[in-house]
Amino acid sequence: MEGSIALLGFGEGGWGPSIASGVLVTVSLALATLPVGLVIGFFVALGKQSPEPSVRLASNMYTTIFRGLPELLTLFVVYFGAQIGIQKLAVLVGYTGTVEINSFIAGMFALGVVFSSYASEVFLSSFRAIPKGQYEGGYAIGLSNGQTMRKVILPQLIRIALPGLANLWMILLKDTALVSAIGLADILRQTGVAARVTKHAFLFFGTACMIYLVLAVVSSFFIDGIERWAAKSGVKR
Amino acid sequence: MTQTFINAPAPTTMRPPAPPRRWTKPRIIGNGLVALWAALILGLVFYLYTAWDPEVIGKYAPSYWAGLKTTIGLVTASIILGAILSVPVVLGRLSKNRIIASIAYGYVYFFRGTPLIAQVFLIYYGLGSFKPFLEAIGLWVFLREAWYCALLAFSLNTAAYQAEILRGAIRSVPLGQWEGAASLGVSKFVTFRKVILPQALIVALRPYGNEVILMIKGSAIVALITVYDLMGYTRLAYSRTFDFQAYLWAAIIYLILVEILRHVWDWMERRITRHLIR
Repeated sequence: MEGSIALLGFGEGGWGPSIASGVLVTVSLALATLPVGLVIGFFVALGKQSPEPSVRLASNMYTTIFRGLPELLTLFVVYFGAQIGIQKLAVLVGYTGTVEINSFIAGMFALGVVFSSYASEVFLSSFRAIPKGQYEGGYAIGLSNGQTMRKVILPQLIRIALPGLANLWMILLKDTALVSAIGLADILRQTGVAARVTKHAFLFFGTACMIYLVLAVVSSFFIDGIERWAAKSGVKR
Repeated sequence: MTQTFINAPAPTTMRPPAPPRRWTKPRIIGNGLVALWAALILGLVFYLYTAWDPEVIGKYAPSYWAGLKTTIGLVTASIILGAILSVPVVLGRLSKNRIIASIAYGYVYFFRGTPLIAQVFLIYYGLGSFKPFLEAIGLWVFLREAWYCALLAFSLNTAAYQAEILRGAIRSVPLGQWEGAASLGVSKFVTFRKVILPQALIVALRPYGNEVILMIKGSAIVALITVYDLMGYTRLAYSRTFDFQAYLWAAIIYLILVEILRHVWDWMERRITRHLIR
């Protein structure tokens, strides 16, 4: 027990600092992916309920493809594919050095694409929960398409979509662990290195699991706060 | 008045023809996006066609097939084991005993709150610390192999998810169903098996399908602990040939697998809800 605390601590021979930096990487990756996924997901959802069939087809294909692929495979395809693609472009331009893709950016992009394909479904069902009269009311008082969307629909949409998006955030937080496979020094990578060096695999991977649990608890605390804040502006019943 | 209307000759005026569909902005954007997808898919087909090398394909196609069989076998086995394991967990979750309920809740919370990949690593690398104990009870023979470690991790993980699905489905059946059966003098066990479960399974079917698909996608991570499933052989092929089509073929196979499952599930849902359609 004494030894375990020393191994996990921040003192001499302790792995505390490197694990803490891993936590920072995991959290910042998840936070950086969130806006990417939300924005793409919102526009894909808009496309899915468009009256124009070709827009619907294109949006549905996006969801079908990125929801059907394993996240790990998407990550590898983005990571290696981008590497090869940029390398070929570089050769065309005349640059012959090796191209290295930042694994943080690759992870952000791959996870963002996966997140957005799920988020588009959440947004779509929220759109369907908003009565048509809300749009008509907006147009009736002379708001443009964009204004109606921004000032009438979006505030209600966010409130309806919040529980679904909170769920997706939890999934995203867990999916960031996959990025350790392409070499990003997140929680799992750092604890893995520590486990290999010290031969205390159960201790370190158990610690990793506990950190993820703590992150989930902290997130649900924040999500509760956001939901209370969103509910305040709703109609009191 | 009505009489004359019915006997009146049919009007000769025709409906005006539909106005021509104009090239609105959404239509242009939509056609552009579809064209982009089409170009991407055609590009993929063309790339795979030009990169087609009978020697490479002949060498790696059998291993992809073996990998696919490993993936399906692993997922099937862990879904079935997880379904069996989920029953005691559900009983614990629904139990009136505080201690049992909180143990079951803790189990579910742990396995749903941590990444599957961390659980797999914890079992594969971590169980080595308990080697003497595991040897003593004779489980080491299994758990020193990556495949069994993956099976254990997946079963424990999916048991937690399936327990929540089953619990939600059981609670969605109205209490009156229990009371109705009780008033007929039917025992609790028979009520559960013949009245509650058939209704609960209709609710649970779709989430179960999602869980199977999530497991298939999640199973790709066993490639990281040296199990040669579809993803494992893909990584092997890529590391030997440095040919990107290794990953593209895997993506196509996974996509087909998931789409087949999705359609099978749609068909199953239509079939078992026939009696609900009016």
